[in-house]
Amino acid sequence: MTIEIPQSFWLYFTFFTLLLIDGLWCMLATRNLVRILIGLEILMKSVTFFLIAAGYLSGRMALAQALVITVIVIEVVVVVVVAGVILGFFRKHDSLDVGNTRSMKG
Amino acid sequence: MIWMTLLLVVLVLAALWASMTTALLRAALGLALTSALLAVVMFSMGATLAAVMELSVCAGLISVVLVSVTSLTERRPLKEALANRRSRLRRYWPLPFVLIAVGVALSFVHAPVEIALRVPAGDGDVRTVLWSLRQLDLFGQILILLAGVFGVLVLFRKEATHDD
Repeated sequence: MTIEIPQSFWLYFTFFTLLLIDGLWCMLATRNLVRILIGLEILMKSVTFFLIAAGYLSGRMALAQALVITVIVIEVVVVVVVAGVILGFFRKHDSLDVGNTRSMKG
Repeated sequence: MIWMTLLLVVLVLAALWASMTTALLRAALGLALTSALLAVVMFSMGATLAAVMELSVCAGLISVVLVSVTSLTERRPLKEALANRRSRLRRYWPLPFVLIAVGVALSFVHAPVEIALRVPAGDGDVRTVLWSLRQLDLFGQILILLAGVFGVLVLFRKEATHDD
């Protein structure tokens, strides 16, 4: 079965791309660990938005919602664990600079 | 469609503010605003259950976690903060122009999209899909939640002393 994708696909694709660039830039241009986490979150927002837009355009909204709920659960676990790692890192190095990770073992 | 476009523009602006603002607390609030706006977009597309999850978990819980992390870390000295602000400006000033350029370039693309997909039957209610058709996803979610709980317990455990 072929799904006809309407022209509004390009509108959603444009804003998905903008959010993706924003998140990537935020992650790459900073040395602060919390800001890297915020960039990762913006990237997740772009993926979530595109999943919902794909479900909306293809008429499979229930499936898209089920996937988005899975993404949100994974997202919150990732954020909580990474926040714990950042706090542990700050307690050890008294800094949030990602450059200090070079001194870590492993 | 105009309202949706305006909503998406505000969504990208909120995300831009979250990534460009100097204070971490404002960045966390910008991210919460982005999540709330994304929830509105989801709701207007008919994804009500996902919108509720986005609003409660992403705009609520994750913002609380980020604000807590920010408050538990110390502020930089004023001199270092000012130097960092100038350095940040150098690294971030191209971002709005890149976003505008990419947005304008993509707005001229109107190529027809034809995607052939095999569509499975039975895509009705989201609850039916989530609980009946995607049971493996739920199992994975439970495992990931447990992994997260154990991860936090391991990260925050107290180091054993020799007296214990």
